[in-house]
Amino acid sequence: MTDPVIDLRGVTRRYDEGPPALHDVSLTVKPGECVAVLGPSGSGKSTLLNLIAGLDRPDEGTVTVAGTRVDTLGEAASARYRRAHIGLVFQFFNLLDDLTVLDNVLLPAQLAGGSRKAARDHAAGLLSSLGIARHADAYPGRLSGGERQRVAVARALVNRPALLLADEPTGALDTASGEDVRHLLNGLHDSGQTIVLVTHDLRLAEACATRTIGMRDGHAEEER
Amino acid sequence: MSGLRQVIRSGVRRRRVQTVVIGLVAAAAVTASVLGAGLLVASRAPFDNSFAAQHGAHLTVQLAPDAKPPADVPGVVAASGPYAVLDVPLQGPPLTLVARADPGGDVDRVEVTDGRWATAPNEIVVGDGSFRLPVGEHLTTENGVTLTVVGTARSVSQTATAWVAPSAVESLGTIQGYQMLYRFGAASTAADVEAGRAAVEAALPKGAVTGARSWLDVRQQAVEEAAVFVPFLVAFALLGIVMAVLVVGTVIAGAVAAGTRRIGILKALGCTPAGIVRAFVAQALIPASVGGVAGAVAGNLIALPVLAETEQLYGSSNATIAWWVTLVAAGGVLVVVAATAWAAALRAGRLRTVDAIAVGRAAGPVRGRWAGRWAARLPVSRPVALGLARPFARPVRTTAILLAVATGATAVTFATGLAASLVRIQAAVEQDNADVIVMGMRGDAAGALPAITAQAGTRAAYGMGQAPAIVSGNTDPFSVTTITGDATWDGFEMVSGRWFTATGEAVAGAPFLNATGTRIGDTVQIKIQDQPVRLRIVGEVFETNGGVFTSTSTIPDVPVGEWHIALTDGTDKNAYAQSLTTALAGQNLTAQPNGAEIDPLLAVVQGLTLTLTLLLLAVAALGVLNMLVLDLRDRVHDLGVHKALGMTPRQTIAMVIASVAGLGVLGSLLGVPLGIAMQRLVVPAMAASGGLHLPESLLDVYGPVLLGGLALGGPVIALLGALLPAGWAARTRTAVALRTE
Ligand SMILES: Nc1ncnc2c1ncn2[C@@H]1O[C@H](COP(=O)(O)OP(=O)(O)OP(=O)(O)O)[C@@H](O)[C@H]1O
Ligand SMILES: [Mg+2]
Repeated sequence: MTDPVIDLRGVTRRYDEGPPALHDVSLTVKPGECVAVLGPSGSGKSTLLNLIAGLDRPDEGTVTVAGTRVDTLGEAASARYRRAHIGLVFQFFNLLDDLTVLDNVLLPAQLAGGSRKAARDHAAGLLSSLGIARHADAYPGRLSGGERQRVAVARALVNRPALLLADEPTGALDTASGEDVRHLLNGLHDSGQTIVLVTHDLRLAEACATRTIGMRDGHAEEER
Repeated sequence: MSGLRQVIRSGVRRRRVQTVVIGLVAAAAVTASVLGAGLLVASRAPFDNSFAAQHGAHLTVQLAPDAKPPADVPGVVAASGPYAVLDVPLQGPPLTLVARADPGGDVDRVEVTDGRWATAPNEIVVGDGSFRLPVGEHLTTENGVTLTVVGTARSVSQTATAWVAPSAVESLGTIQGYQMLYRFGAASTAADVEAGRAAVEAALPKGAVTGARSWLDVRQQAVEEAAVFVPFLVAFALLGIVMAVLVVGTVIAGAVAAGTRRIGILKALGCTPAGIVRAFVAQALIPASVGGVAGAVAGNLIALPVLAETEQLYGSSNATIAWWVTLVAAGGVLVVVAATAWAAALRAGRLRTVDAIAVGRAAGPVRGRWAGRWAARLPVSRPVALGLARPFARPVRTTAILLAVATGATAVTFATGLAASLVRIQAAVEQDNADVIVMGMRGDAAGALPAITAQAGTRAAYGMGQAPAIVSGNTDPFSVTTITGDATWDGFEMVSGRWFTATGEAVAGAPFLNATGTRIGDTVQIKIQDQPVRLRIVGEVFETNGGVFTSTSTIPDVPVGEWHIALTDGTDKNAYAQSLTTALAGQNLTAQPNGAEIDPLLAVVQGLTLTLTLLLLAVAALGVLNMLVLDLRDRVHDLGVHKALGMTPRQTIAMVIASVAGLGVLGSLLGVPLGIAMQRLVVPAMAASGGLHLPESLLDVYGPVLLGGLALGGPVIALLGALLPAGWAARTRTAVALRTE
């Protein structure tokens, strides 16, 4: 048996007021899995993803990703951890408007240091495999929603992360663009990429998820 | 309107940095203004203040030795005397030696500044004018009486050079006459004083009054002396005030501009433009008032030591800042705050609501992308490249930061140059660089040169003699100084022309040239002790007393009276003076060390420059900080993205600092030359207002080392301003940053 990529144990996250956003959540994800997290708004999906990405810390429990105890990392260490292991895709793309498409994609590689040439080649390869190579020198503002999300995916993959986290990647897209992204993620999954995606989009979940987790009021339940 | 109060309260509390910056800048502005204005006021009326405090004599009358003082003179409100005036042959210039039992009384309450008043026959108290001797020194008159200096004192009315006890009169010799001091009911004009003098004269037999001096003449002289330096202090003061106002303005305007989105939302919710203006003015005024009070306290505290020095400089004695100065300074700064906030909020309030909301959200169109591409190609790490390109994305904000840095650099450069010039001017005015001075009891010291030259440690020496002279057509006498040897090391600075070289040539200062209408190249005829002498003026020397300098060979009748000696480095002047005095034993000459005391003016100027420089640096850095905080707040979401992609805190700090580093360098490149230009423009103009032309050597104060230091000013301001915001940026929680949309 291979070690899990993600191993959450008894994770609880409380904000100031109200019931906890996450309550005693345990979860393991094995390499090559694609896990879809479903649930109503406010049920704690984004909170879960933030904890896995090391953007936030649990109040109780442990978060281990690719052998790293994410919940104990300091700011700098968690930044390095994300560079090395995590690719992030957001609902609203979060592309930097003042950088070109190529520069957006390159940024995580540049922050990590290492060979510029290799990063450039890899980024160019990603852009063309995602079908947006002709936009490499454009600025994100000019692209359609679907194209922007492709750029965001390319950016998430540029450091060859063990884990791709996507928070409602189709949430801001029209049907056709959503279809686009669905294909894209499906392809990635087929090529062996481990993915955790948060979505309201049942078709997306059906298309590529090997497993679905339902969230309700901070509790997680295995659905299939 | 309670809704509005809620808006104001949350505005003050939520925008904490803004609030603190406004408070600090207001505090610095008030401090600088209080300091500047206080100094202005103190330098305005030092004579009048001291004169009033000492109950100065409106008229000092000298009576013949056999005259009896009049009992009752109309118009006189207070009188004191008669005090014996003695003719005592002492070294140096003639002294007015007055016998007086006590320094107090109804008129001319002499202030004892050191030691005590003379009581025994062998004691003397010296004034703090040109003739200065420390307590404990001894003086020997020509008829062999030794007097000990027991105190120093200051008479604003300048009634005497030195004082002795009445019991000393007998041993000291001839009484020249008696001194009577009067205060009149009315004495503010020359006519008033003249009427008083006439009344005194009328009350006495003919010929009893041998001399009289009006306080207006004394005042004129005192004010003239201080007048050379007052413009410089004024410039310092204005610099502080202008700088403070500038920065307050930009900070407030920036704060309001940053609130544009908030204004849009308020309007969307139905707030009137007037209500918005009121809210923003209040938001600025609340922290500014707190800062203003703190600044007023700080300004008064800092002013204490500075004013204590000024007091010495002017001989005035009111070492506090007038309460109204503080009030006006604080009030003025608050008015500036309110006015800028009002103007900026008015503009923002007029924006269409939709636009206002859009401004805050999209932060305008993305600009300066070319800079981003260009920076990406630089061989620096990505965060640094991102930082370097940042200024081009927000040109207006960048301009504001640049303005803060450049103004700071300009002000610091100007202040430093002004201070350096002033110190040099002071040295040139005093012409007092000598380490040791050799003086005789009376007159001739010509024979001392061989002994001086033979003495180990002598680097340079020149001899000088002084005599009053008259130019035909001018009634005022002026002083002619004859010089033997090379005197150019003693602080003489040429404004134009050259130093005299041949017999018959002379140099003169601007006051002499102006008063006599002489130009360089002219020959003037002067009379010394009724002997005519022709002098060809070959140069203008920087000098404020209206003197003429020529070689001893031109006027042999004015022999060398003293020698000014410069020592080689490392020679102890006390030991040197002692051993030289021994070597000169047969000639009735003594050598005395010179110039040990610290010039009060220098202390004032240095204290002021330092205080102002620090204040200006701090204020400029606050301006940078303010702008950066605004910028980072706008970009907090982008920062979150960066961090989500793996930017470490260290990389974040590098990015923020890189975003202002270029502006720091540019600020220096703009500010330092501007500061130098200002110094070049303002210092000569100020000197001209005092009737002086400045030689180039007094203006050219920026050496390579100083320039190097000043060039660091801009980057230092930028760095200081960026440190805190960079730290904040590095610490923002990524998840929180990403949520802000
Ligand atoms: N920084 C925060 N401070 C306070 N409460 C928070 C914070 N972040 C999340 N919450 C709360 O935690 C709960 C879960 O939020 P979360 O963003 O994880 O929901 P979600 O499932 O992603 O919802 P959606 O589908 O709308 O994105 C919500 O009630 C939310 O209000
Ligand atoms: Mg969410």
